[in-house]
Amino acid sequence: MMRRTWWIYLIGVLGLIAVAAPFAWMFLGSFKTQGELLRVPPTWWPEAPTTQNYDDLFNKANFPRYFLNSTIVALAVTAGNLVFCSMIGYALAKLRFKGRNALFLLVMATLMVPGMVTFVPLFVLVTNAGLANSYPGLILPFLVSPFGVFLMRQFFSGLPDDLMDAGRVDGSSELGIFARIMLPLTRPALATLGILTFLGSWNNFLWPLVIAQTEDKYTLPVALALYSTGQNAQNFGLLMAGAVVVVIPVLVMFLAFQRHVTKGIAITGIK
Amino acid sequence: MLPFVVLFLAFTAGPVLGSLGMSFTDIRQRDLRTPLSVNGVGFDNYVKALSDETFRRSALNTAYFVVVGVPLTLVLALAAAVLLDRGLKRFTAVFKVGYYLPVVTSIVAIAVIWRFVLAPDAGLLNTVLGWVGIDGPNWLASKTWAMPSLIVMAAWRNFGSAMIIFLAGLQGIPQSVEEAGQIDGAGPWQRFRYLILPLLRPTILFTSVVTGIGYLQFFEEPFVMTQGGPLNSTISVSMYTYQQFGFGNYGLATSMSYLLFVVIAVVTFIQFRVLREK
Repeated sequence: MMRRTWWIYLIGVLGLIAVAAPFAWMFLGSFKTQGELLRVPPTWWPEAPTTQNYDDLFNKANFPRYFLNSTIVALAVTAGNLVFCSMIGYALAKLRFKGRNALFLLVMATLMVPGMVTFVPLFVLVTNAGLANSYPGLILPFLVSPFGVFLMRQFFSGLPDDLMDAGRVDGSSELGIFARIMLPLTRPALATLGILTFLGSWNNFLWPLVIAQTEDKYTLPVALALYSTGQNAQNFGLLMAGAVVVVIPVLVMFLAFQRHVTKGIAITGIK
Repeated sequence: MLPFVVLFLAFTAGPVLGSLGMSFTDIRQRDLRTPLSVNGVGFDNYVKALSDETFRRSALNTAYFVVVGVPLTLVLALAAAVLLDRGLKRFTAVFKVGYYLPVVTSIVAIAVIWRFVLAPDAGLLNTVLGWVGIDGPNWLASKTWAMPSLIVMAAWRNFGSAMIIFLAGLQGIPQSVEEAGQIDGAGPWQRFRYLILPLLRPTILFTSVVTGIGYLQFFEEPFVMTQGGPLNSTISVSMYTYQQFGFGNYGLATSMSYLLFVVIAVVTFIQFRVLREK
């Protein structure tokens, strides 16, 4: 029995190494000089650790700006989703109104539509509204997500109706029932929705790529992708450091809230 | 309540129909200012897309990516889930979080890192292969190896997500099923193959649909790592659509994205037919 456990753990650890090695390589590489990064065979630990790459990133390249853009967009999108998805989800789960089922079906249908299909007309719409290359242009299309509506609707459906009736007897307004009685009970779902939305927005690529047309509106993934394919494509140290800056906040956030992330995925099955 | 529904319709449901409409017109970038000069052209864009050599190439590449990538990802995910559920008794949380890490990180950053991992001489992979005497190729510059490299990278990044779903599925199977198999004298592999796997059918259906929909749209990997090359060997439908959009051919781009949409719907439908419970 002892022998069996031993090799199972070996497989598990080898798997972990395979997952972690590229990240470790990136992190260590970001402290190497260009000369060391090009050396054959490559080094693992930086021989002469330098923060030059980060210095370039933050002082010569405009990464503080991209970082700020990413943060603004992700926070706004997250806030919007928490408010709107919980409201629509609540309405779909608990309020009776005409067309409720039709609306829910519509939400479920759009859940399946790939982003690639909608981005051209969305681009035309946003451009005609004069919002291209602006923060609203980056944020507005993502303020409500079908995934979030679905998640919140499922969660609200699980709450008993008696709570609402109790609120009505006590003379609460409908809005009061929603905001003071029902919403606080959905805290776990809100946490899941919030963290998943933030991560999704932080990593979002296609939309900011087409809508951010000048450098001062780039988000981090857009900047990193354009650096890696443009004139900086050979500046390996800079790219490694850039990747670290994109990845680290997400890793920290994920490790802090990972319970909510994996739980949300197990519940809804969608990332 | 109403304004939010409007917001939702404008930015989600509206563009789906808008896209369909645009795919039948000759709309181009300059028409943004003069919407009245847009003409209907019937199925011209679809004919053009389907007879375009590069588009067909991109469709084949996408099929290759999905047909190899989805099973590879699911096998990895299932293996990891079984390992976590049955094999590892301690530190399961560490393993679970570790395997899941790549899923939450930006695909752009991952593609950048993997470009270095796959570099010909100074790369991590070829160095490791060198230890066991294998002289690895220049992965991303090879017509043969570029696509498999992207597939392995995608599997590496995405298996954690399917793993979590499989894990939930495995934990839903009662212990008594396995005990019954044990009493009947079935070995571990037989128990897995004839008892566990059939019970996981709905979970497998679900993960294959979600992974398939994602992989059919793959875009960032070739964008950052190969720009579709070498010689268009890694260009995907999404990436070619994006290029046509970049050239200002909006009508053509939407017709391509609609073709992709139809394929996604058909593939999803087939998966449901094949994998649904009998």
